[in-house]
Amino acid sequence: MNDLRDLYEEVILDHNRNPRNFQKNPPDANRHAHGHNPLCGDDFTVHLTVKDDKIVDVGFEGVGCAISTASASLMTEAIMGKTVEEAKQIFGNVHHMLTEQGEDADTSTDVGKLAVLSGVKEYPMRVKCATLAWHVMDAALENRDDVVTTE
Amino acid sequence: MMGISEKMNKPALADRVQEIRKDFPILHQQVYGKPLVYLDNAATSQKPQCVIDAVKRFYEIDNANVHRGVHALSMRATEDYEGAREKVRGFVNASSTKEIIFLRGATEGINLVANTFGRKVVGKGDEVLITELEHHANIVPWKRLCDEVGAQLKVVPINEDGSLKIEEYDRLITSRTRLVCVAHVSNALGTVNPVKDIIAKAHARGVPVLVDGAQATPHEIVDVQDLDADFYVFSGHKMYALAGIGVLYGKQALLEDMPPWQGGGDMILTVSFDKIVYAGLPAKFEAGTPNFGGAVGLAAAIDYIGKLGIEEIAAYEHSLLHYCAERLSAIDGVRLIGTAANKAGAQSFVIDGAHPHDIGTIMDRQGVAIRAGHHCAMPVMQHYGVPATARASFAFYNTFEEVDAFIDGVLKVREMFAQ
Ligand SMILES: Cc1ncc(COP(=O)(O)O)c(C=O)c1O
Repeated sequence: MNDLRDLYEEVILDHNRNPRNFQKNPPDANRHAHGHNPLCGDDFTVHLTVKDDKIVDVGFEGVGCAISTASASLMTEAIMGKTVEEAKQIFGNVHHMLTEQGEDADTSTDVGKLAVLSGVKEYPMRVKCATLAWHVMDAALENRDDVVTTE
Repeated sequence: MMGISEKMNKPALADRVQEIRKDFPILHQQVYGKPLVYLDNAATSQKPQCVIDAVKRFYEIDNANVHRGVHALSMRATEDYEGAREKVRGFVNASSTKEIIFLRGATEGINLVANTFGRKVVGKGDEVLITELEHHANIVPWKRLCDEVGAQLKVVPINEDGSLKIEEYDRLITSRTRLVCVAHVSNALGTVNPVKDIIAKAHARGVPVLVDGAQATPHEIVDVQDLDADFYVFSGHKMYALAGIGVLYGKQALLEDMPPWQGGGDMILTVSFDKIVYAGLPAKFEAGTPNFGGAVGLAAAIDYIGKLGIEEIAAYEHSLLHYCAERLSAIDGVRLIGTAANKAGAQSFVIDGAHPHDIGTIMDRQGVAIRAGHHCAMPVMQHYGVPATARASFAFYNTFEEVDAFIDGVLKVREMFAQ
């Protein structure tokens, strides 16, 4: 049970129960992307309002497991108000935290609150759940309109 | 915590299950420090030692290519392979080994029929009738065929309990229907379809029927002559044999009239650059070197099933399934998906506020292997308005105690995801 709690941290369960910026498509959103994880059926759309290189609003819609939903919710909070460059940097740090193992794992990068996602690393089948919304956000920043998939 | 009803009429096999489990080496391990509880049998079954040994023996002693050499090994390998064909014939009660085509599995069997028989009989404006509970393997080949030739794919809907709406079937089968394709047992819902009636009704209108038996052969007696099935496909790996071997049964007259599918060695009589003369049945449909080791393993699996007795297997598995459904339905926030009166093998479910993938992960850490996902039956998920379900599926080597361990896992999920 304890190791399961590393994955399903209270913060993750909370963001799953009450996802932030969920079912929200800001009226002035100007960047959108859609992605899914064919293995699990996780499916999210991310909407961004980018003004003068700054993310002034963000929302997401879709369905997914607790890990993907919580990660998406945490993502929206983390990038709100950040510049495009900063958001990409955060994505890079989170991606690194979730995918790098052993020697390469650099734990010095400060990901702040997002560290609650680090338990996912021990569950290789679920890493794609945690990274999905981030990839979709990245695609939205670049205004790519192809569907992002984790496969 | 066995229900009273289970305790009172426990099927005979229940007393022997510990002994039977010894035949399956893989079951005796721990995952994450917990005893493995394997409840993903509908995805693939585990293999008894006798199947593993039969394949091992074949590769240690008899291995050679079949139907080719005049040497001793090739003759023995050919005898093993053709002996397996006879074993399969008896298992499904086909009238001749000419009607038994060895392929990779159910999927390949359906694709073969779609690409040969299907192309022959389905034309522009015609209809192919399938059902809402089919596995993608019994949807995609037909949808592709229909799109290519300008035919229509018609779908018999299901009731809320996961049984077919038979009155809709009666309405949907028309003078344009060229073929009916239906699962014997649904992998996502566990529904056992009344295939004998379905076939009789189709035949009354002169329409042939393909039955997808992938989930039926591990749990049900299959008699293709009694069913009067025109085509019947199944996979070895779901019935305790290896992956990569499967069977297409087809009525001899139909198979004889069908063009070959793949071309290559073994499926010809003579080849010149001007003219090719095809081999007779079953070789016509077995281009290239077949999976003879797999066929030998399938024959051993059929012997093993025969020794336990398929009726005994069915009765015991049914009691496990019933017990599982009874205990699941007593848990608050659990919704059973697939509650038809006639079921075999599998129970799908969802839990309020918990996504099936989270259920799968939490179960996994308790040592309980279940399936979470769309089960290659996305239309079924759409019917129930869920992205995915969790599914426990049973084999005769599972125990009531394993159902209890599974239920403990469900309770853990409830506790963790309490709203
Ligand atoms: C009902 C049904 N049909 C067809 C198949 C496909 O079988 P295979 O992948 O062995 O070809 C499956 C396997 O999951 C199944 O459950």
